[in-house]
Order: sequence, then C-alpha cells, then structure tokens
Amino acid sequence: MIPAAFTYHRPRTVPDALALLGAHPEEARAIAGGHSLIPMMKLRLATPGHLVDLGAIAALKGIREEGGAWVLGATTTQAELIAHAGLARVLPILRETALQIADPQVRARGTVGGNVANGDPGNDMPAVMLCLDAVLEVAGRGGARTIRARAFYRGAFATALAAGEIVTAIRIPAPPAKAGAAYVKLKRKTGDYATAAAAAMLSLEGGRIARCAIALTNVAPMALLAEAAAAGLIGAVPGAAAFAAAAAAAEAIADPAADGHGPADYRRRMAGVMVRRALAAAAERAGG
Amino acid sequence: MAKTAISLTVNGEKVEALVEPRTLLIHFLREQLSLTGAHIGCETSHCGACTVDMDGQSVKSCTVFAVQADGADLRTIEGLAAPDGTLHALQNAFREWHGLQCGFCTPGMIMRAWRLLQENPHPSEAEIRFGIAGNLCRCTGYQNIVHAISAAAATLAGASKEAAE
Ligand SMILES: Cc1cc2nc3c(=O)[nH]c(=O)nc-3n(C[C@H](O)[C@H](O)[C@H](O)COP(=O)(O)OP(=O)(O)OC[C@H]3O[C@@H](n4cnc5c(N)ncnc54)[C@H](O)[C@@H]3O)c2cc1C
Ligand code: FES
Ligand code: FES
Repeated sequence: MIPAAFTYHRPRTVPDALALLGAHPEEARAIAGGHSLIPMMKLRLATPGHLVDLGAIAALKGIREEGGAWVLGATTTQAELIAHAGLARVLPILRETALQIADPQVRARGTVGGNVANGDPGNDMPAVMLCLDAVLEVAGRGGARTIRARAFYRGAFATALAAGEIVTAIRIPAPPAKAGAAYVKLKRKTGDYATAAAAAMLSLEGGRIARCAIALTNVAPMALLAEAAAAGLIGAVPGAAAFAAAAAAAEAIADPAADGHGPADYRRRMAGVMVRRALAAAAERAGG
Repeated sequence: MAKTAISLTVNGEKVEALVEPRTLLIHFLREQLSLTGAHIGCETSHCGACTVDMDGQSVKSCTVFAVQADGADLRTIEGLAAPDGTLHALQNAFREWHGLQCGFCTPGMIMRAWRLLQENPHPSEAEIRFGIAGNLCRCTGYQNIVHAISAAAATLAGASKEAAE
C-alpha cells in the first residue's frame, strides 16, 4: 500500500501555504494530521501531486480564549485539545468528543481542523461544531473570511471551502448560562466510525428548556443540524417524554446508508437513541 | 522521483538520509535503517504494530511520511534496552507475565506502553486498556499484557522511589 508519488512542501506561514496551494490548483492538497488523507492516499483514492503540510505553521497551532469565545488553531491535535484544562472546564463536550475518536496514536496526529474540513460524514467534530454554532475562520489567496459551521457542509466530502482555501481556526462561542452539552456515540469497537452519534446542548431557565441545539453524526451524507427536534423542546420541561419527541423528530431527518454498521433502519433508530441519551446528559449537566 | 534529505534522531543517534516523499516512516525504519522491530500489521492505521515514539508521542509509523519526521526525535523498540543489553522494566514484565504469544504485536505494544507510563505512571486497569486501545493483539486476549504493564509500572515506581531516597 504505497501512495502515488508527490512533491512535498512544508511552509512556515499561511501566505506561503496559500501560494503553494494556488500554484498547483488541480494537484495540491493540504495535509494536517494525515490520518484521513494518508489512508486515502495508500488506497490511491487520493493522488495529490503536491502535498502542502500545514504542520510547521506556528500561526495555525494553539488554543486561546478571545472575547468570550474559544479559538482552536486548525492544527491543534485531538490530544492537545484533550489535555487543555481551561477548555475542558468551559466546553467539556469537546474533550468528551475527542476522547471518542479512534485511539491514542490517531489522536496524537489527527487535528481538529482536519476533522472539521475533511467533510467525511463519519467524522465526529462536525456535528459538535454544528451544535455549538462554531464559526470557521478561512484563508485563501483572495483574503480571509468566516463561514458558520452550519453553512459549511454540502454533502459527502463537499464543503463550502473554495479551491485553495484552508481553515485556519475554529471559533466557538462560550455556552450560555446554565447550559449543558453532551456527545454520545455508538460504535462497535475502538477505531470505528459512529453507527450513529448525537451532540446536544441545552440551557435551562426556571426549570424549562430555554435554548437547545442537536446535531447528528454519520446518519446522512453529512453531519445534520436537527433543527425541528431542538425547536420542539423550547419551553419544555426536560424529561423522558420531551426527549422521546425530539428523538423522533431527529430520526425523521436521518437518512443513513445500510453498510457494515448495520441496516439503514437500525442506524436511524440508533440516531434517536443517541439523541435521547445526549439530551438527558446535557440536561443533567445543565443542572436540570 | 526526486529524493528529499531528512535528518532526525533515532534511538539517540543522528541519522541523515534521502527519502522519496511518499515513503512511509515504517518503510524507512525497516528498509533503510534496518530497524525491523516495528512491524507492519494492517497497513491501514488500525493495528498499532508499527507504533514508534515520535517527539514524545506514540504514532503509527505506517501513517506518517518519513519526510514528516525531518527534525524529529524517534524511539523504536530497538532503543529501549540499556546499551549493555539490560532489558527495560516493560520488556522484563512482558516476559515475566507472558504478555506475548506470537510476539507480532509486542514491539508496538511495548512502545505504546512506554509512552503511556510516562503520561500516567500509575494507571488503573481501565486506564491501561484505554491507553492501549490502538494496539491489537490477536493472541493473548490482552489480560497478560495489562498485567505486564501494571507490573512494569510498579517496578518503575519502586525504582524512582529508590532513586529519590
Ligand atoms: C483508525 C482510524 C480511526 C478513526 N476514527 C475516527 C473517528 O471515530 N471519528 C473521527 O472523527 N475521525 C476518525 N478518524 C479520522 C481522524 O480523526 C483524522 O485525523 C481526521 O479525520 C482528519 O484530521 P487530520 O488532521 O488527520 O487531516 P488530514 O488527513 O491531514 O486531512 C484530511 C482532509 O482535510 C483537509 N484538511 C486538513 N486540514 C485542513 C485545513 N486546515 N484546511 C482545509 N483543509 C484541510 C486535507 O486536505 C484532507 O482533504 C480515524 C482515523 C483512523 C486512522
Ligand atoms: S501497520 Fe500501522 S497501524 Fe497497522
Ligand atoms: S502476541 Fe500475537 S498478536 Fe499479540
């Protein structure tokens, strides 16, 4: 399993990376942790002529708090995210999610930016970013722009990134007061993508749900924001009855393929189960 | 294809080499440096038989290009025993506790355990199992591997306590 030949570039700055990507528009591909791309290159499902390694660009690394939001540099690894105590205090769902991705070796290399930009419906971070209403900071030769995660995914491996653009950072708003969030994933074994998984965030006011967001992993060609499921919970008292209704609404938008994870109907039902469990955990963490 | 010059440290020794960019680190180690301890099990980033330590982290060397290791500090199973051949506590514990049968997974398993015990010198059984979840063993059923890692942790803790006294 030897990848096709390519020319390797290791730029030190974002402008240099963008220039390299722009110089070989058809052929160049960014590589971050390589833990989605290298397996695809081994199978020759990807045969980039030029690889632009983002790993040596200091400006893409690190986790910082900025004006109430948390900013994750694109090449922050899952392991670095897990180890960040400040982030884990404010947004524990990120750590909870990262710990459910593959195994220690994969988390040591795989990056948050790569996980979000890859566009594989099996990736776990996209649903979390939809749920938390994250904003992706993007740079291209034409300049920088921002794209809401909720407007980023177009289909399997299809995103709003234009050719030659890269994600430089992910900005996550601080959660509202009295909020809780959870990511619950069903997988058969370590290293498996989700049979189904759900991210949920809710906040409480006077014992009722004031705000809510729900998103689903790997039960459609891309991560899905379950808008109707969440909208139906506003004003509801958190509990099994309300959560069952939300799960049914989420199942209604799930459109999973039948594959090694199981038949389509099973996976749709598991999406509902994951939604119920994620909501229950989120409500408990919100203090409900 | 043009080759790229890389320089790195492998088991404490400086290495300079020319590699094709598409050469995977595992092939570089095995075929160019003749370090055949790390094994190729699955080639698909799952089994962990190819695990080596790179800049203080366990990595699957079948999923890293050798060019990406330019400037890196690598350690492989060949670099674990003392220069005089005295085995590392983990190597002794795997022997003592029968932590291997065919031995194919062992170099990767021990290198992962070596890093795990630096991240967490006193892991619980659950922490050991979670920490070696990226290393598959088709023979042992893991029980004795977990025992061996626990035993090595105790030995290393005793040794560091002695050194402190
Ligand atoms: C055994 C195994 C199990 C796995 N299990 C899971 C799992 O359960 N859940 C999960 O979510 N993931 C899983 N993964 C994938 C892993 O999390 C990847 O690391 C992740 O999907 C991609 O991140 P990366 O940094 O490795 O990206 P790369 O592989 O380097 O890149 C992936 C794609 O994204 C593009 N890209 C990368 N960074 C950027 C950027 N900053 N801007 C624009 N484009 C970019 C690349 O061009 C490429 O097309 C698994 C991987 C393996 C090997
Ligand atoms: S050979 Fe690298 S993970 Fe199996
Ligand atoms: S001892 Fe045979 S694979 Fe582990």
